[in-house]
Amino acid sequence: MSPEEITLNPNKWIDKYADYLFNYAIVRVNNSDLAKDLVQETFFAGLKSAKNFQGKSTERTWLISILKRKVIDHYRKINSKKGQAEVRMNFYADGENEGNWLEERVPQSWDNTAEKTMENEELRSQIDICIDNLPEKYAMVFRMKTIQEFETEEICKELGITASNLWVIIHRARTQLRRCMEDNWFNK
Amino acid sequence: MFKKLRLTCNEATTICDKNQYGEATFLEKLKLNIHFIYCRICLKYTKQNITLTNLYKGHAKSCKTIKHGMSDEDKLALKKQLESINR
Repeated sequence: MSPEEITLNPNKWIDKYADYLFNYAIVRVNNSDLAKDLVQETFFAGLKSAKNFQGKSTERTWLISILKRKVIDHYRKINSKKGQAEVRMNFYADGENEGNWLEERVPQSWDNTAEKTMENEELRSQIDICIDNLPEKYAMVFRMKTIQEFETEEICKELGITASNLWVIIHRARTQLRRCMEDNWFNK
Repeated sequence: MFKKLRLTCNEATTICDKNQYGEATFLEKLKLNIHFIYCRICLKYTKQNITLTNLYKGHAKSCKTIKHGMSDEDKLALKKQLESINR
């Protein structure tokens, strides 16, 4: 049996791959409109470069590789939005106290922790609100690592960042989230 | 030598966050525990962090059960667009 040459069949793309690509995009960007746009761009880019398809991989793998580029492009775009991303930090930036807690940002004690950690709809939506309040870049990396539970290595590869870079982002995300949960949930 | 084992609170909480995913190294955990001896604030941060990690884990579990897909409407619109380009 001779190996069959894989050819592209764009007429069937939507039925066969739209859900798969959409799912891939949404667990990374967590925004359904944005995910839709990325999928659309992927199909368009696929059509445009269909003549370059060499049949070495399956159609699906090929489309995913295009979508991966789209996701990384998006990440770079939100990463370059400086200023807005660097919101108030929790630690002194320089001087004698460098790296120590800012007085007004010191963690407060939480009341009724047992009651507040019962899982329910309200808690889940509060977590989502707090994650959405983070700068987009932090939210994206935090979600990939904590909610989707991707391996560190995988996230670094996909977004083109180093591991120490990732941990700094996770750290900033988590200290801001902690604060948000403290103000809006634990000590409300 | 001891200076090398000292952490600022910023560094300590970074390690603590990393440790929430089980990915801190032995040396990092050692430094973190030394930091706790003289820093009650970071100890408190860590305790609360563990609570939060459990909440996030529960949240992750329920998020993962959701199946994402595109609506038929969106697919139809996309099909039309694709066809018009492909002509």
